[in-house]
Amino acid sequence: MSMDRRQFIKIAGISSILGFGASVASATHNVWTQGLDPSEVNRNPEALVAKRWAMVVDMSKFKNDEDVKKVVTACHQTHNVPDYRNADGSVNRKDEIKWIWQASYEHAFPGQENKYMSEHIKEMPFFVLCNHCDNPPCVRVCPTKATFKLPDGITMQDEHRCIGCRFCMAACPYGARSFNWRDPRGTNPNGEPFIKNMNKAYPTRTKGVVEKCTFCTERLSVGKLPACVEAAPKGGLLFGDMEDQNSEVRKIVTNQYTIRRKSDLGTGPAIYYIVGGSDHA
Amino acid sequence: MLEKALVGSKKYWAWLMFLAALSTVGAYYYYQQFTYGLGLTGLHRDVTWGLYIGQFTFLVGVAASAVMLVIPHYLHDYKTFTKVVILGEFLAISAVVMCILFIMADMGQPMRVVNIFLHPTPTAMVFWDTVVLNGYLFINLLVGWVTLGSDRKGIAPPKWIKPWIYLSIPWAISIHTVTAFLYAGIPGRHFWLSAIMAARFLASAFAGGPALLIILALIVRKISKFDVGKEAIQAVGRIVSYAMFANVFFLGLEFFTAFYSGIPGHAQSFLYLYTGLEGHSELVPLMWVSTVFALVSLCMLWIPVIRKNEALLVFACIMLFISLWIDKGFGLIIGGFVPNPFEEVHTYWPTMPEAMITMGIWAIGFLVLSVLYKIAITVREETAGVEIEH
Repeated sequence: MSMDRRQFIKIAGISSILGFGASVASATHNVWTQGLDPSEVNRNPEALVAKRWAMVVDMSKFKNDEDVKKVVTACHQTHNVPDYRNADGSVNRKDEIKWIWQASYEHAFPGQENKYMSEHIKEMPFFVLCNHCDNPPCVRVCPTKATFKLPDGITMQDEHRCIGCRFCMAACPYGARSFNWRDPRGTNPNGEPFIKNMNKAYPTRTKGVVEKCTFCTERLSVGKLPACVEAAPKGGLLFGDMEDQNSEVRKIVTNQYTIRRKSDLGTGPAIYYIVGGSDHA
Repeated sequence: MLEKALVGSKKYWAWLMFLAALSTVGAYYYYQQFTYGLGLTGLHRDVTWGLYIGQFTFLVGVAASAVMLVIPHYLHDYKTFTKVVILGEFLAISAVVMCILFIMADMGQPMRVVNIFLHPTPTAMVFWDTVVLNGYLFINLLVGWVTLGSDRKGIAPPKWIKPWIYLSIPWAISIHTVTAFLYAGIPGRHFWLSAIMAARFLASAFAGGPALLIILALIVRKISKFDVGKEAIQAVGRIVSYAMFANVFFLGLEFFTAFYSGIPGHAQSFLYLYTGLEGHSELVPLMWVSTVFALVSLCMLWIPVIRKNEALLVFACIMLFISLWIDKGFGLIIGGFVPNPFEEVHTYWPTMPEAMITMGIWAIGFLVLSVLYKIAITVREETAGVEIEH
């Protein structure tokens, strides 16, 4: 059968509208029902890949508030996290959205403190963020699969699918998730935008959806380390493949004593903490 | 039969108008919430569910409680309930309607709610809850409509409806079990992580729902010629007293485990609710009202002379209803979120818009209930004296 160019375009156009184009292009499986296989996607050759991404937090490397602030700012700037403030400049806790922040030992590791431990450790701040669990309760409870596991261990979410039921927030034992209680693209009464210096390379969110740390999947895919890791003092936040015996994170976790938050819940958190701190690796 | 709802006294229409006005107020505030976002409520990152989800949970119980009439009537052929059973089924319908509306009101992105069906997720309890609630709504509409339609013609209901009636029994249990599973399987929320949660839910449902039904049946008797019968009221009263006993007993079991184990996480939410925690005691007065009302109403129901006096029975039922409404519609949800995963206390109190939206949804529920009851009452008044054959 011969067809002229005009006919071909016509048929190709109609069939791709109807979805046939996809099944012709990939006769092996139907992308409409099965989605794309990773092998079918051209990955950026620079991309950082791992079997199991994980992080080690060593707070002893953070010498002052400035070191800490740099990390939080780097993350929140990169991801267009809105900054909600009260009239007096303090954080508006009611609307607050945060991906990485600090909690004292007794709050980050409740039940682990004892009354004789030094005030220094009890009050010692630790970075807290999504734990990218092996067995995440948030994924289990999500009624739309808007939050899901990636093969490299990252717990990811699709803010376009999220219906805002906030079940993941109830389920997360780490309080790692934030909800957009109002439009983050808006402005405060003084006309200042909640997202200052917007990063055009990363999407903003809409009201009514949940968000959290993504381990910077978007940066890993172009060969960059997570923004927080890059901004931290050397050795403060270490990021790598826990399944790789030669990775720095693996060596630390094997050779030193580290703890994880609420690991007794069976969630399998991927953030490891060095408490007290010492020189390593 | 719908035409029965369109003919009524001035009082009937005034009542419907009143409810419509309340729902309009609710709709106005919902529009505000829809535009601004859920930040218009008192909710925040630590207490992410509040009044809406509490009402939803409570009303699933009211819906499920119809089974307490269906079991005696259809399984045990208990003829005393012949007249009252339709009131139970129609109450269930309006309760499920309210449940669905409260869920919608709580959604951050209500326009995307079909995603639950586009991406069905069997591991998510919300998925199952959506399935069982909608199924229950359908079954009750079907059964209520078909049996009442037959009554109207003075004939026995068709045989094919029987399997649906029997199906409604386990289905009613399922809606409240799955609703309990929304909470009871979450790691790290000690207050909810309790195997007795579903049993507690069912016990409180089988007390609260029938208590409301007694109140409604007595109102119906007062405003119309339709009387479900003194004996039926008493029988429902006995069901309420047994169920309430089970509910209070189950709550006692929770207290025992929380405090005898000495595990702080298990006790903290109870302490927050009943004594206050770290200086926060907003909910303490409410919880004690609930406790006192529960105990007083239970005693009243268990003393035969009091229960047999309808004025006192209704008084006890009102107290019981308020008690359970506080306990399940408010305390149970907030208690689960306080303290937060960092063991910090951040409290919650509903805002005015939130309360107005809640009131609006209750008004819509009562509107549906009034219309359905109007139909049932008119049919029964017309066929008064004719034997009901089911």
